[in-house]
Amino acid sequence: MSEATLFPPIGMLAELTHRCPLQCPYCSNPVELLKGNRELDTQTWAQLFRQAADLGVLQVHLSGGEPTVRRDLEELVDGLAMRGVYSNLITAGVNITEDRIRALAEAGLDHVQLSIQGARPATTALISHMHSAYEQKLDTARRVRAAGLPLTINAPIHRHNIEEVPEFIELALSLGAERLEIANVQYSGWALVNRDALMPSREAVEKQMEIVAAAQERLRGIMNIDFVTPDYFATYPKPCMGGWARDAFMVAPDGTVLPCHAAQTIRTLTFERFGERTLREIWTDSPGFNAFRGTDWMQEPCRSCDRREIDWGGCRCQAMAIAGDAAATDPACIKSPIHARMGMLVADAQAAAKTDKGTEFIYRRIAQVREPV
Amino acid sequence: MIALRERSIISPDATPSLPGHVRIQYDPVRQAWAVLSPEKVFWPNEVSLDILRHCDGQTTVAGIISALALEYDAAEEDVAADVTAFLQEWTDKLLVKT
Repeated sequence: MSEATLFPPIGMLAELTHRCPLQCPYCSNPVELLKGNRELDTQTWAQLFRQAADLGVLQVHLSGGEPTVRRDLEELVDGLAMRGVYSNLITAGVNITEDRIRALAEAGLDHVQLSIQGARPATTALISHMHSAYEQKLDTARRVRAAGLPLTINAPIHRHNIEEVPEFIELALSLGAERLEIANVQYSGWALVNRDALMPSREAVEKQMEIVAAAQERLRGIMNIDFVTPDYFATYPKPCMGGWARDAFMVAPDGTVLPCHAAQTIRTLTFERFGERTLREIWTDSPGFNAFRGTDWMQEPCRSCDRREIDWGGCRCQAMAIAGDAAATDPACIKSPIHARMGMLVADAQAAAKTDKGTEFIYRRIAQVREPV
Repeated sequence: MIALRERSIISPDATPSLPGHVRIQYDPVRQAWAVLSPEKVFWPNEVSLDILRHCDGQTTVAGIISALALEYDAAEEDVAADVTAFLQEWTDKLLVKT
């Protein structure tokens, strides 16, 4: 890894907490969740954000868990605004008062991304494991718009709501969202544990892609629809995080600085905590960050592939989970020697769907299960 | 319940501006102007920046074209096509409003 190819990071995902009122079975948090007493305090987060701004971070995504359970969120947003950092609140949108939203807007929050689990109340209740979540989310969306904040609706898509994609599009429009993410679930973290209960069929995925493409055309200039493609049905992998430690990173509630959500599933890597070292030291020098930076680490078929600086080898954690080797080509890639395994895993999930009710989730709870090894 | 919104088509008398969720900002680390928007950062070239800087919600598209033609010492009809196409593209991405 030569110095010349190291750029400053643009984006940072701050998982302020793992606490969350919802229990979605595809949560991207690690399966081993941290309790509230492991979270960084206000001053440490504020210091981390200042170092991030100094380092070149232009956007901070405030996430969790549910970030609004932190009572100091306004203070943290204010600190970001003072530095001109674009702040994006990623929220489940429950248990949030109108005053709180107004206070966040006044503190300088730039944008809100609200997750909705189903376009129907019953689907949202099933997935979030919270009875009144749907109504609360719609209230939050209206309050966000009333506070003058721009709104993205995030719809994580899987077998139980893929038929609701047209309804999600109409719902997002009716809420005045500028943007809608139709985000097919990424099978890491809790989603990997629940893969058989979540994976949609190929037919449903293909139909969904047609619906989204038509809506993108129809709603041009009215609402942006971003489509996060489903890896297991892909030809080429996603450039996960835009390339490992290339222009973004994330921070766990306890201050562990990571290249991506699931990086800790690669047990051979070690990661450092903010406080033990400065953010700049970690970004430039951490062995965990340098492990898969650039293209030098690649094996064949990535190493000689024309797409190596487009896909950056895909997702390291998916390579770990499915190929058993974090330096392998992401099996989502058609050039991966084990690409066929993705189709087999889809078939397994469809078979599982027929044998049980297909809704037997392991819900996201602290200390519920251990990370699959 | 469905919001009655329509795609904006750039006309000479439109008065474009940046919506509240989009801002232009100088980045001292990279020594370049950045456009910050939800989830995305853009690095516009000099011409694009000059167009965006004129999007103040008061100047018409025709006015922007005249001003840029003067600044770049170029024919208005040449500038017009580029400016209109750029603004339409950015309006379609909801990065500019009219």
